[in-house]
Amino acid sequence: MSEWWTYRPEDFLLFSPRVYWRMFELHNAAFWPLHFATLAAGLAIILLVLWPLPRRGLWVALILAALWGFVGWAFLWSRYATINWAIVYVAPTFGVQALLLAIAAARGGLAMDRRDIGAWLGVLLMAIGIVAYPLLPPLFERPWRSAEVFGIAPDPTAIATLGALLMASGRLAPLLSVVPLLWLLLSGLTLRTMGDPQAWLPLLTAGTAIAVLALRRLIPAAK
Amino acid sequence: MILTRRTFVKAAAASGVAFALPGAASGQAHAPLARTIPSSGEAIPAVGLGTWITFNVGDDPVLRDECADVMAAFFEAGGSVIDSSPMYGSSQPVIGYGLEKLGRPDALFSAEKVWTSSAADGPSQIEQSRRFWGVEQFDLMQVHNLVGWEAHLDTLFAMKADERIRYVGITTSEGRRHDLFEQIMRDFPLDFVQLTYNVVDREAEERLLPLAAERGIAVIVNRPFRQGELTRRLEGEPLPAWASEIGASSWAQFILKFILAHPSVTVAIPATTRVDHVRENVAAAADPLPDAAMRERMTAHVRDL
Repeated sequence: MSEWWTYRPEDFLLFSPRVYWRMFELHNAAFWPLHFATLAAGLAIILLVLWPLPRRGLWVALILAALWGFVGWAFLWSRYATINWAIVYVAPTFGVQALLLAIAAARGGLAMDRRDIGAWLGVLLMAIGIVAYPLLPPLFERPWRSAEVFGIAPDPTAIATLGALLMASGRLAPLLSVVPLLWLLLSGLTLRTMGDPQAWLPLLTAGTAIAVLALRRLIPAAK
Repeated sequence: MILTRRTFVKAAAASGVAFALPGAASGQAHAPLARTIPSSGEAIPAVGLGTWITFNVGDDPVLRDECADVMAAFFEAGGSVIDSSPMYGSSQPVIGYGLEKLGRPDALFSAEKVWTSSAADGPSQIEQSRRFWGVEQFDLMQVHNLVGWEAHLDTLFAMKADERIRYVGITTSEGRRHDLFEQIMRDFPLDFVQLTYNVVDREAEERLLPLAAERGIAVIVNRPFRQGELTRRLEGEPLPAWASEIGASSWAQFILKFILAHPSVTVAIPATTRVDHVRENVAAAADPLPDAAMRERMTAHVRDL
């Protein structure tokens, strides 16, 4: 692209806020009542990471792999890409994330054994993604129909996944954090360009996860 | 022979001057002012319909119908030129949906773009766009923002020679690459150029608009309202009393009349999602238009707000 410095984020925003949020309304209507199943899966992940249940790391990885694959196909590829051609290039990364999580599962799953401050921040992120996110619409004067639900919409799925990964040890956890972090940055910037006050939420959660991961690398005692 | 709007316009345009299109078919009281395409003598209404952002509504059935309503009001008001691009997300299929719903209005003047850096992909992209619109051929095909312009112009001039399109053009927006734009205007027999021009973005007045007049190139003006930013900024301000002297009853009409009063401008293409706004926009294509002194007054007024 020539004279790229003359472009602003607004120049890449292809749709209006109304179209964006109605997209969630249509998506929710299309998959209702699958939301109960994905929310149940999210609550199951919270239970699995908090309680020392057998093979919990395997189940967490498997559930997340299935949901990343579903969100990538159903939301990004089949719906979001119709109003944003750039998503055609982003949706496959959700497939990659699903594949990486499946590989993690095949290798015995994630070791959910961290209990440091970063891990508890992870629990907070899971609570935000799974419990708080569906409750946001009234706060931002949107209809309930536009709720973003874990396992159905990408932002809460990415936030809760980051939360679970902050509770996991091992080399795979940081690698598995890359796609969720990049997605949240992209989503936050999109919302910010739209002038949506909710933009700070994906950006803040991504920033929190980055800070924890960075501190763990910089301060060995934090590992 | 059935006298369609297009055949009427072509015949009537022999005079080569701006005139008002007949509104009897649409039942409207005042038909929009028309402008002549220099390379052919064909006349088109001076206000068209842009689709950037506003028509990118995906598969949303409610919003698709709203877009079709906007198109219906646009044609009913005497509008003709609809402009889109492969870059505009789902705008092309949404236009196709609207045209199908409206029974493929004869009045349509289809303006599209080719937007790919690959020369080889140009023809297939144009064909895909044509299928989205559901038209037999495009009236105007433009090279979007000069992306891959050399190869695409070869393609477009060949298509014009084969009568698969009627006009060839290039586009830019927000003042980008004006030097190269000017050079292409000098070197190629373009029918149209599309550029950004409005009461606050006046760079095109310096070289491009005079050159268009000199070379006999029609000018499409995009972003007349700066993607709505300009009208949003002005909506809290009272319209000056003297706006009535140019027949402007809103800021949108104030801005459009400023643009249309430039002698090089052929058509402005504001985008909107609202039926009342599209009627208001088309209605701006009417006399009286501001003279040079009034245009300076308009510029100063907006600048000082």
